Amino acid sequence: MEIKMVKRIAVVDVDLCVGCQSCMFACNRRFGEAGLARTAIFVQSTGGFEHGFAVKVCRACREPPCVKVCPTGALTKREGGGVRLDYRKCISCGNCVSGCTIGAIFWDEVLDKPTVCTYCGYCVSYCPYGVIKLEEV
Amino acid sequence: MTEASVLSKVLYVDLSNKRYWIKDRGDLFKERLGGTGAAIRLLKEECREGTDPLAPESPIILCVGYLNGIFPLASKTVAMFKSPLTKNLGESHAGGRCGVAMRMAGLGGIVIKGKSEIPVYLVVNDEGVRFKDASALWGMSSSSTVGRIIREREAGAGIRAIMRIGRAGENLVSYAGVITETFRHFGRLGLGAVFGSKKLKAIVIHGRTSLTLRDARGYREVYEELFRSFTKTSLMKKYHELGTPMNVLPLNAANSLPSRNLQRATFEGASALSGEAMSEKYLGRRAACAHCPVSCIHIAALRVPYESEPHFYKTKMISYDYEPIYALASMLDIRSPEGFLQLMDRVEELGLDAMSTGVVLAWATECMEKGIVGPEETGGIVLSWGDYKAYIEAVERIAGVKGEFYEALGKGVEYASSIYGGEEFALAFGGNEMPGYHCGLATHLGFLVGARHSHLDNAGYAIDQKLSAEGRRAEPSELARMIFEEECWRQVLSSLVVCFFARGVYTPEVVSRCLSVTGINLNPEDLKKMGEEILREKYEFKFREGFSFDRLRVPKRVTEIPTPRGFVTERDLREGIKSFEGLLKRRISAGMP
Repeated sequence: MEIKMVKRIAVVDVDLCVGCQSCMFACNRRFGEAGLARTAIFVQSTGGFEHGFAVKVCRACREPPCVKVCPTGALTKREGGGVRLDYRKCISCGNCVSGCTIGAIFWDEVLDKPTVCTYCGYCVSYCPYGVIKLEEV
Repeated sequence: MTEASVLSKVLYVDLSNKRYWIKDRGDLFKERLGGTGAAIRLLKEECREGTDPLAPESPIILCVGYLNGIFPLASKTVAMFKSPLTKNLGESHAGGRCGVAMRMAGLGGIVIKGKSEIPVYLVVNDEGVRFKDASALWGMSSSSTVGRIIREREAGAGIRAIMRIGRAGENLVSYAGVITETFRHFGRLGLGAVFGSKKLKAIVIHGRTSLTLRDARGYREVYEELFRSFTKTSLMKKYHELGTPMNVLPLNAANSLPSRNLQRATFEGASALSGEAMSEKYLGRRAACAHCPVSCIHIAALRVPYESEPHFYKTKMISYDYEPIYALASMLDIRSPEGFLQLMDRVEELGLDAMSTGVVLAWATECMEKGIVGPEETGGIVLSWGDYKAYIEAVERIAGVKGEFYEALGKGVEYASSIYGGEEFALAFGGNEMPGYHCGLATHLGFLVGARHSHLDNAGYAIDQKLSAEGRRAEPSELARMIFEEECWRQVLSSLVVCFFARGVYTPEVVSRCLSVTGINLNPEDLKKMGEEILREKYEFKFREGFSFDRLRVPKRVTEIPTPRGFVTERDLREGIKSFEGLLKRRISAGMP
């Protein structure tokens, strides 16, 4: 039987992060747009620049809590880890955002829908310092 | 979702009546791109002739430009105001997150007028403005504590800017700055005092919009090229590795690093305070402005022992750059990095401009050395080269406006020397304290004629360095022309608003391509012409407020110490000023007195 290898974004060394947000802008640029409304990766300082940064991105859990709290089946498990989102089934309840233990599901205010990583790795090619990488789950 | 091609919203805030409104000013941004170009027009609209910089009707203008939030290194915000230091054009640029935050909140500009009865801070986001009571934050000794408290109270973590003032701004010190994201500044020309005069302690701003572009595919292509230039070539490497302090050793080796109030042009502490040594011994973290992969911000980790308790230390995180090392170490001959960092830390917490503070203290020290002032003026503090503890006490008194002498120091070296004497070694140009370059005639000519009297106006020092490298001499008129052209082009960059460190990548051709994907069609020649026009508008404001090239004072000291290009003479400077004025006049049809 063929085993399908699935990927995820992994944080290699968060201390290398300078908080430039290039990954966030890259994620939004997938849609040919500038800005941050649709980004599925988020960088923020851990209490001021001097204390360094946290990178929040879906780590492709094998038993994702977000799936457990989705009342409509819009979020489903991806084989091998992680989730897929079917916008047509999503009722914008926001349970997934609060259900994600690591805070890696965001909200697209324009669509009024959650934004979840699709594990495409576009952001990785814009991280100048090797903070994140695309790896097999 | 905002169409990038319609950067148009200007937020107006009335602090007296706690009201705000938004106007569509698409015209302004279409004609002037934003930043400096839009801000000077708003300043002219909002600031009546002869306005007292600290009066309620004196405006604070903040502007971003067409490239903010869209392209990398378009990470700056331009502030314009009437400067309490020079009583003329005030313009200051800051990085951090405010440029991107303003754009992501859907705003091109903010105009703040009036005066609040009680201290307030503003929360600005895409839902509007909230006026929050800042009484409990007023008078705090540490500007970083103010930041910490606001961080905990307000939303927008990760994408917000928190601009705030320290005690120096509250107490209206003429060169108080505004700090954003703890380590970046609207440092020069006294924006902090203008905030203070309005009882405005801080502004929090955030937003998360998405900007559609006329040419989405072209956008990704141009972005990719720019991003590779910034990260895969050696162009920006130096800014990332050592940061701006990479300049300490070369400038010192070239006899261009002012020390002891420019009694010398070399600094004996240069090795210890070099970018290399600071990195090796103290670098604790690098950080970046929003949307800038370069990350030039260098933060030292300094362990300071508690005097009262053995075996116990506190660790302070203190940002350092070339200019503060020049002003607060070299100029004061502080050769110990620990001493410099501790002084830097206090200057930061009090919210003073590091450059003006260092120059003012250097002047005061020379005055003491020469017996022009004594302990009776300084309140018993003996200011002497290298004594950082005495300087820390002095900055507390400047920020606290404690006593006549410190009140005078808080109004800048031009003013203080007009009261106490020592004008020949009072290092200010157009009323603004001298930056850290003594490279030749173009350097000082640049300070004198620059619209802000800042080294960043036209980088005259870089012209000197280039000519030195080529072993070439140049007449004052030729230098004036080079300075003029550079200053014109920089108006375009600061209208976009692109960091000047990126100027090698953002050429007129590249800027033209960047703008075209946003729906603005301007060719390189159009852009250069616009740069000239913006400079003209800035000078029109300056002339209106009483600026005159003839009245520029040349501090004698700069002519007494040789530069790598020989002695600078007042005669050559005057000739250069005349040439610059001629270029401006030739191209300005109206507005010259």
